[in-house]
Amino acid sequence: MSNITYAQALNEALREEMKVDSRVFLMGEDIGHHGGIFRVTKDLIDEFGADRVRDTPISESSFVGVGIGAAMVGLRPVVELLFMDFALVAADQIVNQAAKLRYMSGGTVSIPMVVRAQQGGGRGNGAQHSQSFETWLAQVPGLIIVAPSTPADAKGLLKSSIRAGNPVIFIEHKLLYNTKGDVPEGDYSIPIGKAEIKRDGRDITIVSYSRTLLFALEAAETLAQKGIEAEVIDLRTIEPLDMNTILESVKGTGRLLVVHEAHSNCGLGAEIIARVYEQAPDSLIMPPRRLGAKHVPIPVAETLEDVVLPQPADIVNAVEAMF
Amino acid sequence: MPLTPERLQEAYRQMLVIRKFEEAIRSLYQQGKIRGSFHPCVGQEATAVGGCWALRKDDYLTCTYRGHGQAIAKGLNVQAAMAEMLGKTTGCSKGKGGSMHFTDPSVGLLGANAIVAGGVPHAAGAALASQLQKKDNVAIAYFGEGAVNQGVFLESLNLAVIWKLPLILVCENNLYSEMSPSHETTSVVETYKRAAGFGFEAMRIDGNDIEAVYNAVESAAARARAGGGPTYIEAMTYRLWGHMMGDPEIYRTKEEVTKAKENEPIVRCGKRLLELGCTSEDLTRLDGEAESIIADALQFAESSPAPQPADAFTDVFI
Repeated sequence: MSNITYAQALNEALREEMKVDSRVFLMGEDIGHHGGIFRVTKDLIDEFGADRVRDTPISESSFVGVGIGAAMVGLRPVVELLFMDFALVAADQIVNQAAKLRYMSGGTVSIPMVVRAQQGGGRGNGAQHSQSFETWLAQVPGLIIVAPSTPADAKGLLKSSIRAGNPVIFIEHKLLYNTKGDVPEGDYSIPIGKAEIKRDGRDITIVSYSRTLLFALEAAETLAQKGIEAEVIDLRTIEPLDMNTILESVKGTGRLLVVHEAHSNCGLGAEIIARVYEQAPDSLIMPPRRLGAKHVPIPVAETLEDVVLPQPADIVNAVEAMF
Repeated sequence: MPLTPERLQEAYRQMLVIRKFEEAIRSLYQQGKIRGSFHPCVGQEATAVGGCWALRKDDYLTCTYRGHGQAIAKGLNVQAAMAEMLGKTTGCSKGKGGSMHFTDPSVGLLGANAIVAGGVPHAAGAALASQLQKKDNVAIAYFGEGAVNQGVFLESLNLAVIWKLPLILVCENNLYSEMSPSHETTSVVETYKRAAGFGFEAMRIDGNDIEAVYNAVESAAARARAGGGPTYIEAMTYRLWGHMMGDPEIYRTKEEVTKAKENEPIVRCGKRLLELGCTSEDLTRLDGEAESIIADALQFAESSPAPQPADAFTDVFI
């Protein structure tokens, strides 16, 4: 085990995969000598050269499209979008192309490409640099979507994503990069599509992922002091969704809260709650709840952003209201 | 290697196969047997055959929904193409892609695209892969002049030049962007000038002259294979039929279309073959051969089974 940051864990995953698989190469803005604005690709250019750690112009549609073309002929590109918000600039290539080409070709081509991007708010980056897009993307059949919350999961899931053989949207969070955690040394991977119970509890199930997962764990400690033991599930993968882990937990606790930073409206919280009602309607003893960003663009001032994005205290309040 | 007279005869037959393919589709469409839209390439056969025949099987191709001709010229099996049009399991995409998405990577066909410039970066990506792996395959992207106003097209021009990609861009300028005259929608309608502005080796050629197309693409490919970077070829042609079935063609006169038929590529290639010593009997024989290829494809496609409902859930990550 080594205690490293989320960004370092991602860097290790990229380095290890590039070492063992010459098909893996990276593209993105300022990922070369600059090492990426969040240092995820730090020093990789020195080891693998500018061909495989390729700086791009600021033209997301074309370099995501180039990744698709390279993937179709056998390479394994890992494409970095500087901010997830820019996925919309490349939306045609992600949604109309990467997600669909395998299906439209009757399986004769595949797109083993990872698109990495950091998203989310909490540091005053404003409405075009703070959004969370997993729900939009989860609407598109053909995309795998992962969103790790810890350094260990980040490394293991990035390795699985590179090997997945299908397009993966790899969601990072700008305020997770400097968080630290124990990460196994050497080669290991975390399976796509498997949630993890990050904290055991008997009274309520809190489902979350990415940065709000850390908030849920923090809230769970506060709740424990008040006599409520929350079970905290880290989805880790958004699509495909590990409903079994959620359903098993809810059967034990009878209560469910889903927390995410993406806007609440038509969000993953609604989806998970609907599926629980469809698949295990008798498991709930209380109406479930969801917490997400409120339905306004993400503001800059701290006093505003804190109101719009879910905070640990909001999770505590939401849970207490269910008892 | 220039097109020999013998190979030109085969190319003539290939153009006839493409023409007759589209005519057969029109007939099937009129019988209600084709789902969705159909965007014919009638009149543009020389750009397809001239360009694709100047390349190797392991070179890469992307094209648009008007790319039936290019797909077939690159080597897509005509029977698999016809079956795809009819939504059969024997189609090149098992009936899942249809008219606008012909794909067959075994002949380098990475896919036709329903987004007019959507496939251009894919060709650039295949070219980059070739460059990264130090291979000498090149990639060719076909698109219409209607695609040159999409952002991803302009972005891809930039990338191709800065990375010196082994890429050939062929703009089939057929004068109309869907149902609008392109000079009304395009700032510099001589699109090769745009590419030149990005630093491309760029030219405009007679796209209805199959030999001219062949020679231009062959030189571009040789240059690309030698590490000389990308080439842009604007091939002037004419869409003899409408944008799609049901297009009332109010944007042009019947006289204009009639006049264009004098210059269409198959008629011109036939004349050229006669100059080179072919007889009119030779041309009739080639026509008959093309006819029977299409008849066989139709028979194959019509008699092939439709997909089973469960097939809707394969070929995608679930």
